[in-house]
Amino acid sequence: MQKIEAVIQPSKLDAIKDALMEAGIGGMTILEARGHGRQKGHTEFYRGREYTVDLLPKIKLEVVVPDELAETAIRIITSTARTGKIGDGKIFVSKIEEAIRIRNDDRGAGAL
Amino acid sequence: MRRISCKLMPLFVLLGLPGHLAFGQTGAAPAISSADNAWMLVSAALVLMMTGPGLALFYSGLVRKKNVLGTMMQSFAMMAVISILWALVTYSLAFDSGFSFIGGLHHVFLRGVGLGPDPAYGGTIPVQTFMIYQLMFAIITPALIAGAFAERMKFSAMLVFMVLWSIFVYSPMAHMVWGKGGLLNASLGGRFPTLDFAGGTVVHITSGVSALVCALYLGKRVGYPKEQMAPHSMVLSFIGACLLWVGWFGFNAGSALSAGTLATSAFVNTHFAAAAAAIAWAASEWLRNGKPSALGAISGAVAGLVAITPAAGFVQPMWAIVIGLIAGGFCYFMVVKVKTWFGYDDALDAFGVHGAGGTIGAMLTGLFASSAINPIFKDAKGHVLASGALEGRWGQLLNQLVGVAIAWAISIVGTYLILRFVDAIIGVRISPEAEEEGLDLSQHGEEGYDLAS
Repeated sequence: MQKIEAVIQPSKLDAIKDALMEAGIGGMTILEARGHGRQKGHTEFYRGREYTVDLLPKIKLEVVVPDELAETAIRIITSTARTGKIGDGKIFVSKIEEAIRIRNDDRGAGAL
Repeated sequence: MRRISCKLMPLFVLLGLPGHLAFGQTGAAPAISSADNAWMLVSAALVLMMTGPGLALFYSGLVRKKNVLGTMMQSFAMMAVISILWALVTYSLAFDSGFSFIGGLHHVFLRGVGLGPDPAYGGTIPVQTFMIYQLMFAIITPALIAGAFAERMKFSAMLVFMVLWSIFVYSPMAHMVWGKGGLLNASLGGRFPTLDFAGGTVVHITSGVSALVCALYLGKRVGYPKEQMAPHSMVLSFIGACLLWVGWFGFNAGSALSAGTLATSAFVNTHFAAAAAAIAWAASEWLRNGKPSALGAISGAVAGLVAITPAAGFVQPMWAIVIGLIAGGFCYFMVVKVKTWFGYDDALDAFGVHGAGGTIGAMLTGLFASSAINPIFKDAKGHVLASGALEGRWGQLLNQLVGVAIAWAISIVGTYLILRFVDAIIGVRISPEAEEEGLDLSQHGEEGYDLAS
């Protein structure tokens, strides 16, 4: 099993969610996050004072998938979230040792 | 009718009725006008709406979210405390005849403030309507000061400060400009007749200049100006500013004290000045920062409303637009440039908007006042005299200057002494820990936004 964590633009969430569902990846966790990578934020003016906002609103999406679906999920996220501009986000992939469904103690890929 | 009432006079005396009351009921003296009274009651409600929710929203959107309720409470507390104080003593201090500088005590506990008219205060409305209308001004004026000491004043100290301020700064100033026998009263023959239709000196200079004194006395907020202290909700401020604009029709047009043509003049001028100033401020920003902000547009509108306040019932509509344009540009300059130069932490720009806008508005009133709009000055034979400098009455500028100078002086001295006193008995500023925690939790034990519950 693999965990795919994708930090994306909030506006891309719905499209990614729908595309993943279509590919049979139904479960996911969404976190509202703030952060920055190379995108350096922006400045705001309030009554002449300049404020720099360097932590921007982002969505962090987490899905855990069986190994064979991992590349599909990554492809879906990159193709859907990409605009080609700085700030599109990043994907991190890691191995998951075990998954357990709380309701009935199912384990492994069957619990996903 | 007059003759009848004279014949009846001995009867009234016999019955123990006050002669003038019975006289009023015969219809010979100016009677109560239901139309005027209806407009004045609506105006009173509109002016209250300016404080809550108008000013409460405007200010609380500009602070950080840990201070949102504390800032709203500063406005709301005035609605409660100043009201009771008004009934007890401050109405009398402001509007009883008395001395040049302050009224007497004949109307404490609202004694003699009945349902009959008073020719000096409207004439066609119950004096009680006048009293409740004026109360709404007494409420918003101290509430405006709160913009300067936002996010760092102790609630208890603020209450005591506001009560004393209302007694020793607001009441004398209101008496001088609008009260019977007042030194600056233009319609009742004051020594230095200052044209102030709806409170440029009484409301905006006193609150704005006192705000500056508060900002200097309390010192900067912890972390100012290094830390970011951006407004937490422009949406709240936006709604608040729009409510202020609408409420201001009651404030200015209501100051005609009747529903006649003068109210129309004041209404029209109020609107055009606000619009012009919104454009001036937003355009200044657009030129300087490349973008016109919502905060700039609404701040400009408020600045225009402040500046037109003394002039509303005196000038032609085109001059109202000029006053608005000047005020929008001038207040923008005060807030963006002057505040930075001197480095005082007038957190929500109470001085930059109300002090500066009120001062320039009061002076421009003396320049543009028109006797065609409001024939306030008459000679002994009743002939109408010029009102403003552009009509040839250049001395009026001097009168305006006297009014402005007195308003500045009483605000600086009064506010400073009251702050010293309150600081000695309670302490005016919250602890740095409480400031870090925010007014909501440290002063009131609640939170504005509890999104977890």
